[in-house]
Amino acid sequence: MLNDTPNIPDPDGFYAELLGTHEGLTPEESHALNARLILILANHIGDRETLSAALEAARTSGQNTGEAS
Amino acid sequence: MTLQDRYPLAFRLYPYARSPDQDAEAPIRHPAVIVGAGPVGLSLALDLGLRGTPVVVLDDHEGVGLGSRALCFAKRTLEIMDRLGAGRDMVGKGIVWQKGRVFRDRDEIFDFDLLPEAGHEYPAFINLQQPHFERFTMEAIARAQAGGAPIEVRGKNRVDAATVTEDGATLDLMTPDGPYRIAADYLIACDGARSPVRSMLGLGFEGRVFEDNFLIADVKMTADFPTERWFWFEPWFKSGDSALLHKQPDDIWRIDFQLGWDIDREKELKPENIRARVDKMLGHSDYELDWCSIYTFQCRRMERFRHGRVVFAGDSAHQVSPFGARGANSGVQDADNLGWKLAAVLAGAPDALLDSYDAERVMAADENILNSSRSTDFLTPKTEVSRLFRNAVLDLARQHAFARPLINSGRLSLPCIYDGSPLNTADALDGPARSRPGAPCPDAPFGDGFLLQSLGGGFTLLAIGCDAPDSLEEAGAKATRLSVEPTPEIRDRYLASASAALYLIRPDQHVAGRWPEFDETALRAAMRRAMGY
Repeated sequence: MLNDTPNIPDPDGFYAELLGTHEGLTPEESHALNARLILILANHIGDRETLSAALEAARTSGQNTGEAS
Repeated sequence: MTLQDRYPLAFRLYPYARSPDQDAEAPIRHPAVIVGAGPVGLSLALDLGLRGTPVVVLDDHEGVGLGSRALCFAKRTLEIMDRLGAGRDMVGKGIVWQKGRVFRDRDEIFDFDLLPEAGHEYPAFINLQQPHFERFTMEAIARAQAGGAPIEVRGKNRVDAATVTEDGATLDLMTPDGPYRIAADYLIACDGARSPVRSMLGLGFEGRVFEDNFLIADVKMTADFPTERWFWFEPWFKSGDSALLHKQPDDIWRIDFQLGWDIDREKELKPENIRARVDKMLGHSDYELDWCSIYTFQCRRMERFRHGRVVFAGDSAHQVSPFGARGANSGVQDADNLGWKLAAVLAGAPDALLDSYDAERVMAADENILNSSRSTDFLTPKTEVSRLFRNAVLDLARQHAFARPLINSGRLSLPCIYDGSPLNTADALDGPARSRPGAPCPDAPFGDGFLLQSLGGGFTLLAIGCDAPDSLEEAGAKATRLSVEPTPEIRDRYLASASAALYLIRPDQHVAGRWPEFDETALRAAMRRAMGY
């Protein structure tokens, strides 16, 4: 099951760390980092149904944003 | 219209000889005619002949062409060839291997072992050049013929036209002595990816072509690389986007280079350009070029492999990319699936039995195409984002073990488990998944030898720690009992938590059904089902 409720205790701190990790990188390097990060997190989750739900959520929420803007 | 060889021969295996059929007034009719004397056609002919089914094989050459081509022969294929009497010769000549290493640049990032358990007669893989595979099969055919097997292989017999009706086919053939005609109850097209028979019948062959070119260079040299499959992504020697090194018999080494899509084939095939790539990889030029070829990746299949009295097997029915050794191996497995069914149908079994060839081997082809397409997508990323993730996997793999199984340099051929086949009887045993109905029997030590070599080519009642009659006759077939003690390997591969088991095994050594004990009513029903009733 994909946990869709807030689950990170320190949201602002995490967000800042995520951006900080990308600091000084070219867009290309950032894309590569994101790809590695996705793979690391996906392996940690492991559960195939959850991963499928996450992929679906990422894809459809992107579409919605696109339509709204 | 005259017969011209399209390629030079490595071995002249079936020289043209005039057949009495050529002097007949009307076309002589044969139960089974196979077009194409490659690995698939010859192994099918051998299987049919050993079953006593008369078979004629036609080929437009007199032997096998030069070049290593199909090189990696898998365990299941060797087990089939063992049943047909050629497996040991092949392993005797071949290079046995089971391990692979994957490198990026100079770094090793992944290794695999394709047969980590003991107790199998045949290895995970051997490397054996296709000409030797065909030669050993032809030698087994000669031995079978000497023992009375009704097999004829007619070299320099080219099929120029095929007329198919509801009850067979008539072929127009061309020979060095001119044309003649023969008829067949069943026509089996084993005539390769560009199947002339398929074209004559106007049948489609749909799928994907991957935009990349690979160069095969077989080089002759003495070297002490281990007998492992070595694969490089973005190799330090820069001879291609990827490279593969594999040992063959007779001091020949298979080297593959990934060239990309926009290439000048003629230029790339010039010996000096091939040597430049090989020199950079090996760091010396102390070798001879033995054979070279450029190929593209293609994955496609026919919608159906059976069209009435015409059946397609091997590359004529389905084609995959070579990384994964799923071409010739799946073709021989087609032949293994088809042989006993065709022999049974010719002897009176229901026609539906042949439809199960279509169902099972289409399933196998789809599995091979899926694996092959996934490997190809990893080897030759089609988009920026697929390259991004491919490289992310390779970047992570050195330090992070989790990423290594994602590296795909070819998933090597494994036999298909025919889940859901119409010939299967529902699983009645709480046994291991690997030997469930539809699965090929796993080998195991048995007596002084091995289990599979004791199964033979008919139906078997494999009685593990339980009683069963000597044999059971049903639906025109006979199943013979083989009693086996539950050794640790048999327990692991056939029993799991069960204390005893009775397996019904098909002539192609796939499991038809399994029960905790012999139950005559259940067994008779299962045999009828496995015979297409």
